[in-house]
Amino acid sequence: MGLTFLNYLGRNRSLAVGLALLVGLIAFAVIGSLLVDPQNVRPLSARVLQPPSWALPFGSDRQGRNLFAVVTTGTLLTLRIGLIAGTIGVGVGAAIAFVSAYYGGWIDTVLRSVVDIGLTVPNLMVLIVVSLALRQGMTVNVMALVIASLAWLYPARTIRSQVLTLRERDYVQLARLSGTTGPGIIIKELMPNLLPYLMASLVGSVSAAILASIGLDVLGLGVFEAPTLGMTLYWVNFTGAVINGWWWWWLAPIVVVGILFIALFLISIGLDEIANPRLRRTV
Amino acid sequence: MPVFYLAKRVGIFFLIVWLAATLNFFLPRIAGENPVAQKVMQMAALGGNLHAGMKDMVEEYESKFGIDKPLWQQYFMYLRDMTRFDFGYSISNYPRKVSDMILEGLPWTVCLITATTILSFVIGNILGAYQAWPRAPRWIMAVMPPLLSLSAIPFFLLGLMLVYVVGFSLQLAPLYGGYTAGAIPQWSFSFAVDVAYHAILPATAIILGSLGGWALGMRAMMVTTQGEDYVTFAEAKGLADRTLFLDYGIRNAILPQATALALSLGQLVSGGVLVEIVFGYPGIGTLLFQGIRGSDFFLVQGIVFIVIVAIGLATLILDLTYPLLDPRIVHRSA
Repeated sequence: MGLTFLNYLGRNRSLAVGLALLVGLIAFAVIGSLLVDPQNVRPLSARVLQPPSWALPFGSDRQGRNLFAVVTTGTLLTLRIGLIAGTIGVGVGAAIAFVSAYYGGWIDTVLRSVVDIGLTVPNLMVLIVVSLALRQGMTVNVMALVIASLAWLYPARTIRSQVLTLRERDYVQLARLSGTTGPGIIIKELMPNLLPYLMASLVGSVSAAILASIGLDVLGLGVFEAPTLGMTLYWVNFTGAVINGWWWWWLAPIVVVGILFIALFLISIGLDEIANPRLRRTV
Repeated sequence: MPVFYLAKRVGIFFLIVWLAATLNFFLPRIAGENPVAQKVMQMAALGGNLHAGMKDMVEEYESKFGIDKPLWQQYFMYLRDMTRFDFGYSISNYPRKVSDMILEGLPWTVCLITATTILSFVIGNILGAYQAWPRAPRWIMAVMPPLLSLSAIPFFLLGLMLVYVVGFSLQLAPLYGGYTAGAIPQWSFSFAVDVAYHAILPATAIILGSLGGWALGMRAMMVTTQGEDYVTFAEAKGLADRTLFLDYGIRNAILPQATALALSLGQLVSGGVLVEIVFGYPGIGTLLFQGIRGSDFFLVQGIVFIVIVAIGLATLILDLTYPLLDPRIVHRSA
């Protein structure tokens, strides 16, 4: 089993590279955050504006945060927001998609209209108003839930169209004729066959949630005490670190965010290839 | 176009406008925020004396949000104001009206987003179409992996990197703003050049970040199109490469891309808003940022409302023109 998977990764290069980047990044963040005192993410834990040195591998920012501590714990925090929001998004979206596509009728009409209208409204704008209203009680977890409140729309639409194509397959018809109930068919017949697709959806959803969280952070709606990657970029932008020549301040967070998005993008391309074998000829 | 489809589509647009207004009305009330009172407290805490306008504003706010009136009456008053694009006064720049501030920033954003969207859509689709073309030059294949990697990265990160490399290190382009500080906005050639010069970096960030996506989609569509029988038939007839490529390939593959464009408008504008912040570009993105920093609820709500309405309108127009692009689409009243 393990060997076949490795063999497969040899053929699916985007999946292999994406997974390697992601695993590397998580390993770096976990090991790094174990090596430093978590208190060092706070302001005034180091001398301000120090370029990288042995004691401060990524230097420090203008408020005296140890940037190595900030980037390692920040990576994990940002991933946590993405995972919470992305998982809820795909979970709720898939549930709605299965019910909507399998049962059809008026349920489908209602759910589809809600999703279509929801997708016409730019996500970030709604998140801005909600986050502004909730500003007082904002924490990393609240932010994840706020993002999750809209994250189900896109998965609901795409998974629904996949279920529609599966619903009329012979084996589903057979199960229906043998008396399997609706929930039984959804769980035993449809879910397993859509698993690769659901995984691809999850990766896309996590990536979108991370993008939204960084967007909110950069706009100044993030959790100011939390050292997420987005908040670090907010301070970079706020203090004009780029045009002041404090390169160490923004280099690490930008590289980490860049690697993170590229890794998730490659993984989702790779998973698409599993979910949709016809792509294999062309990519 | 059947009246039924038109009515339904326009109805959805108004539904979106109504939803946006309703969201703006109820959210601050659910959260129990009184933005004006907060601002007054803040100013009092800073020890400054309240400027004269502040008192008017508190009164205006209280009469407008009609603390003396029942909720449903407040709600209808609010909806009426929204239909007139009357968002009240800015809290952080008091005597100024939110609608005036938005009107000032809107042309910058609209121009930046429209220009970059059209450019990246056209260039990206041509690149993608060539990639699927068996007789394409080789360099086309080589640009794809870097472009795809860039497309995974948010626009504003590309913007930050461009500021550093092109603006700060090479000093080839301005770092900040929409025109040289001190220049007076006017309709003159020199000012237009100045504006274009300042728009280079933000525009490049958006274009670089979106080319890959269009190219990827177009390549997939071209591959599918080339597998069609009518293309094989046309090839067998010995039609010119040019005709095959443009009239048989791109003509058919571009249609789903137009739908994709309508769907991605929201993403593009959200990305553009963040790019503006990085460059301090004088559009509504920077305005939004100032509004959030100054807890200027009315300004933020006004901008959010305008952006939702604008994107709803753009999507509506694209949807209605789509049958003109694709004669195969017929909206039956079903």
